[in-house]
Amino acid sequence: MNKTTEKLIVAGFGGQGVMLLGQIISYTATEASLNTVWIPSYGPETRGGTANCSVIVSKESINSPVVSECDTLIALNEPSLKKFESKVRQGGTIIVNAGLVKEYSYRDDVTVYPVDASKIALEIGNLKTVNMVALGVYLGATGLFTSDAIEKTFEKIFTGSKEKLIDINKQALKSGIEAAQA
Amino acid sequence: MAKVLMKGNEAMALAAIKGGCDAFFGYPITPQNELPEYLSYHMEQYGRVFVQAESEVAAINMVYGAAGSGARVLTSSSSPGIALKQEGISYMVGSELPGVIINVMRGGPGLGGIQPSQADYNQITRTGGNGDMKVLSFAPENLQETVNIVKESFALADYYRNPVMIAVDGLLGQMMEPVDMDQPVETREVPPKDWAATGEAAKRGKRNTIVSLHLDPYKLEEHNLNLQAKYTKMIENEQRYELINMDSEPEIVLVAYGSMARIARSAIDALKDEGIEVGMIRPISLFPYPQKAFDALSEKTKTLLTLEMSLGQMLQDVRLASNGKHRIEFFGRTGGVVPETDEIVSKVKAIMKEAV
Amino acid sequence: MNTKTIYQPNTGLTDRDFTYCPGCTHGIIHKLIGEVLVEKGLIDQAIGVASVGCSVLSYEFFNCDMQQAAHGRAPAVATGIKRVRPESAVFTYQGDGDLASIGLAEVVHAAHRGENMTVIFVNNAIYGMTGGQMAPTTLIDQKTTTSPIGRKKVGAGEPIRVSEMLAAVPGATYLERVSVHDPKHIRKAKKAIEKAFDVQMSKQGFSMIEFISTCPINWGMNPNDSLNWAVENMIPYYPLGVYKDATKEGGDE
Repeated sequence: MNKTTEKLIVAGFGGQGVMLLGQIISYTATEASLNTVWIPSYGPETRGGTANCSVIVSKESINSPVVSECDTLIALNEPSLKKFESKVRQGGTIIVNAGLVKEYSYRDDVTVYPVDASKIALEIGNLKTVNMVALGVYLGATGLFTSDAIEKTFEKIFTGSKEKLIDINKQALKSGIEAAQA
Repeated sequence: MAKVLMKGNEAMALAAIKGGCDAFFGYPITPQNELPEYLSYHMEQYGRVFVQAESEVAAINMVYGAAGSGARVLTSSSSPGIALKQEGISYMVGSELPGVIINVMRGGPGLGGIQPSQADYNQITRTGGNGDMKVLSFAPENLQETVNIVKESFALADYYRNPVMIAVDGLLGQMMEPVDMDQPVETREVPPKDWAATGEAAKRGKRNTIVSLHLDPYKLEEHNLNLQAKYTKMIENEQRYELINMDSEPEIVLVAYGSMARIARSAIDALKDEGIEVGMIRPISLFPYPQKAFDALSEKTKTLLTLEMSLGQMLQDVRLASNGKHRIEFFGRTGGVVPETDEIVSKVKAIMKEAV
Repeated sequence: MNTKTIYQPNTGLTDRDFTYCPGCTHGIIHKLIGEVLVEKGLIDQAIGVASVGCSVLSYEFFNCDMQQAAHGRAPAVATGIKRVRPESAVFTYQGDGDLASIGLAEVVHAAHRGENMTVIFVNNAIYGMTGGQMAPTTLIDQKTTTSPIGRKKVGAGEPIRVSEMLAAVPGATYLERVSVHDPKHIRKAKKAIEKAFDVQMSKQGFSMIEFISTCPINWGMNPNDSLNWAVENMIPYYPLGVYKDATKEGGDE
């Protein structure tokens, strides 16, 4: 990791894989012997409505697990962007699934990566990989972890019947990284 | 051992298995559901007992039954469910049965909400059961501490022949953190359970009865005095707390437990950055309350700021522990609202302003 | 001198004097259970669960390990015991206020899960211990301290028939209602208890024996009239017989 502490909020529709995206970062951090905490929104709102989770990764021990101001926001749809945009610190980063956002006036004190992750996921052949495309954009934008480290996490958590998902997710990750650097 | 990333509820479930839990009885309630879900699969793998009961009331009475026949037993629930379990908890205390109860707290009163809360403080420390009863209770602040306490609690419950409650708020139940599931924990010499109703009267040479009924008031009083002696022993031996940033003998000392203590740690760091030193007493045991930490406070400490995710429940114990020696201040959020670090920082600054 | 043993104390019961009222049938039912546990060689592996009501002190009387349960919760307590002590002979001893009112959920769900235990259910159509209040099993027009002009269908509902109700629960294996008002029926009742423990010890699941019982004190009758009242009023509403037999040898429901 290239900084002391990273605070992240991931948000989107229920079903877009928001929780898994956050967990993969925490799994990768754990593997790297870093401190991390992942907190989901929970309750009825996650059943089909909007979902979000927060992640902290740090070289130091983590006190408050609550993310009141984040370094990065990954918003997979417009409502999430509107809800959490103000939580991003000045100079922070917003990664947004631009295909699901109409005309939008972004804050000018943050770096915005508008990437049509849904479209890229469809091109890969599975809309469900939208979260991993976004994760790729995040890696490309922040350089927090290497794609190798994330791919190792894929291999660790996609086991049994989910093993067949590893390749397509690696592909999604790669496309995301490329999109961020384009 | 290497740390693994686990969700709080699942980490507690695995810790219970590692702590020697023989049987689990529970009923679904948010935000603790991942705990029974995990055990429903894994207890069977270890050849142990898992039953989803028809209600919280039935679940705690199953715990009472299984504990009475000598097993190490666990139940888990959340605030309104714990209220329902108070009947069985009182019977367990009255019959001197061990057992572990995990309470993943949510907002109240009534059905309340499902977001993190500490508003069960009174229900835990005063208990909601009838009679002169006490439950040994702990409120850890992170998953490593939680896992260690869950593992240790089965032996503690056996040692005292009393229920042990582990109270975490919904945040700890739902969050994922890296934990070492195999950190060594304190063990206790536990005497054989020769009192248990195991269905082996002949082998034992006498029959055992598990009873909380004593119709003779003098006998019931004597029984209660014995229970009191046990509570006194807990007060002497089980006070647990952590002191944070106390070396400078700060004038203001925060008092907070669980998730609130972690947020307070961030506030302490933020204040330090501004050149303001405040300390903290972090109770880990709620009953017994860590009186020893307050007795050892420096003369220089003038103000105790109680922080809760509830509205002045632990405050009463802070007043008792201070015994009039300090100015007592309070800050709390409730209903599932988790405070932010800035709110505590502002409160400390406001106190400093008033004090001038 | 030639002596012949014609009667021996029942070693299934302790030496404690019963606390039951004169003429009450709890004593007979206790004795039958004690005999069955001894004769089947189960007394040294039995764990009984006492309930709340007149039989609250039954843990003093059965000569085996006993645990006293909160009001209505005996089947839940017994579930906990049996699950961690599957080789034991586990039974509950409950009255009608305990089982049919506050503990209805516990007994239905224990049956529903097919818990391998035996429930002894003593139905005397009234709360005895607390002083004669209306129970869910109190008959229509029967006077109690909380139905002083007699139980009325409107407001109090009709008496609950527990055996019939549990017969509809898929998990229940053996259900029988018996009476102890005369020697013939007492012998039959003992057979029912034997059957219930056989079902349990052969791991065939949930068994309950319902006893039609009396309460001379709270019914306001002498013991003989009480027995007659039970025969004339209770048995017509609570017919005796096997309500469910899903055992391997039974099969017929």
